[in-house]
Amino acid sequence: MATAGTVTSSEYIRHHLTNLTFGPKADGWGIAHSAEEIAEMGFWAMHLDSMFWSIATGALFIWFFSRMAKKATSGVPSTAQGFVEMIVGFIDDNVQSSFNGKNDIVAPLALTIFCWVFMMNFMDLIPVDLIPWILDKIGIHYQKVVPSTDPNVTFGMSIGVFLLMIYYSIKVKGPGGFASELTMHPFESNNIVLKILFLPINLFLEGVGLIAKPVSHSLRLFGNMYAGEMIFILISLMFGSSIILSISGGALQFVWAVFHILVITLQAFIFMVLTVVYMDMAHSHH
Amino acid sequence: MNINVTLLWQMVFFVIFVWFSKKFVWSFIIDAINERKTTIADGLAAAEKGQRAEEEGLKTAEQHIADAKSQASEIISKAEKHGTELVEESRTKARTEGERIVTAAQEEIQTELNKAREALRAQVGELAVDGARQILRREVDASAHADLLNRLAAKL
Repeated sequence: MATAGTVTSSEYIRHHLTNLTFGPKADGWGIAHSAEEIAEMGFWAMHLDSMFWSIATGALFIWFFSRMAKKATSGVPSTAQGFVEMIVGFIDDNVQSSFNGKNDIVAPLALTIFCWVFMMNFMDLIPVDLIPWILDKIGIHYQKVVPSTDPNVTFGMSIGVFLLMIYYSIKVKGPGGFASELTMHPFESNNIVLKILFLPINLFLEGVGLIAKPVSHSLRLFGNMYAGEMIFILISLMFGSSIILSISGGALQFVWAVFHILVITLQAFIFMVLTVVYMDMAHSHH
Repeated sequence: MNINVTLLWQMVFFVIFVWFSKKFVWSFIIDAINERKTTIADGLAAAEKGQRAEEEGLKTAEQHIADAKSQASEIISKAEKHGTELVEESRTKARTEGERIVTAAQEEIQTELNKAREALRAQVGELAVDGARQILRREVDASAHADLLNRLAAKL
């Protein structure tokens, strides 16, 4: 909701896309009050809103699932246990169909990613101005409530997956096996001279492919959620003007939100499946 | 869109959540699911087994009934046969008994007849002697002519 006519559209949008940032300032550590201050903070700045909402949603997931796990019975399940089991069974099916290695971490990893990403994405369905407006009343001026529209969050997860992938690649195939995977493909030869000649080319191609994994993994989620959030913001711009525009804006918000239910679920699912596929690549020999 | 220390924190929490999920969530729930799966599978197998046993029991019961029926009819036919045999036997027995009685009676009659004839013979002898005595008017020595008289009596 554009607060009266004092805020222009571009200011409104920019305001919505600015994180609540905590970091080193000229006069000690504190919360930034403008985009310029954030830029000055550099690497040691921290997005309090992304951290808060991502940890809150993650903790909610862990709390609910561990509570259910503690009470889990193999007899007749309660409705909540049935719900949890449905998700766990769904993840288990996916992991068993795409992951051929033997590793206990993959299934819980996939479960955590699916639920966590879904819940972070779900924050997108909360009316775009609601939480920022409430927080504005108590003096917090910047708020981005959807953690997955923050590349730090998506990269944090994808790099975490990437490191696990490197770790298990080396653990399963050995350092030599992993190195040969990076240098002996796609150009192969039995001639030792040609092999050495192909080595840098292969390393370049495979290296790009390797680096592209966490980048595409996180940017896919980030891009989808950022664009979705952007559309919510753009539609809500209509609320500032005439009554007819406001009503049609409300209808558009609803339609986009309904469509977005599909998007957030799909993105969480894709992130989870890609994680499982990457882990499978780490465990499979060529 | 600034990449900053948030990323590192995010990675830390990512690891924590995954660890939590592995340690306190996954195995408990998947174990419960798998345990229930085996319970259900066992139950279904047991139900199928029970059904098969029931069918088999029904079959044996039918077999028993059929056996009992055939046995009963066998017993009945045996009894009928035995009955006719008994009747036949008693009939034969009665006939032989009757014949025996008739024979005995005939024999008795014969004996009686013989006896009567004997007595008659003796009396006739005496009568003849008496008559002869009277006719001859003379005393005939009965003892002297006993031989003759007996011969006469035997001729009668």
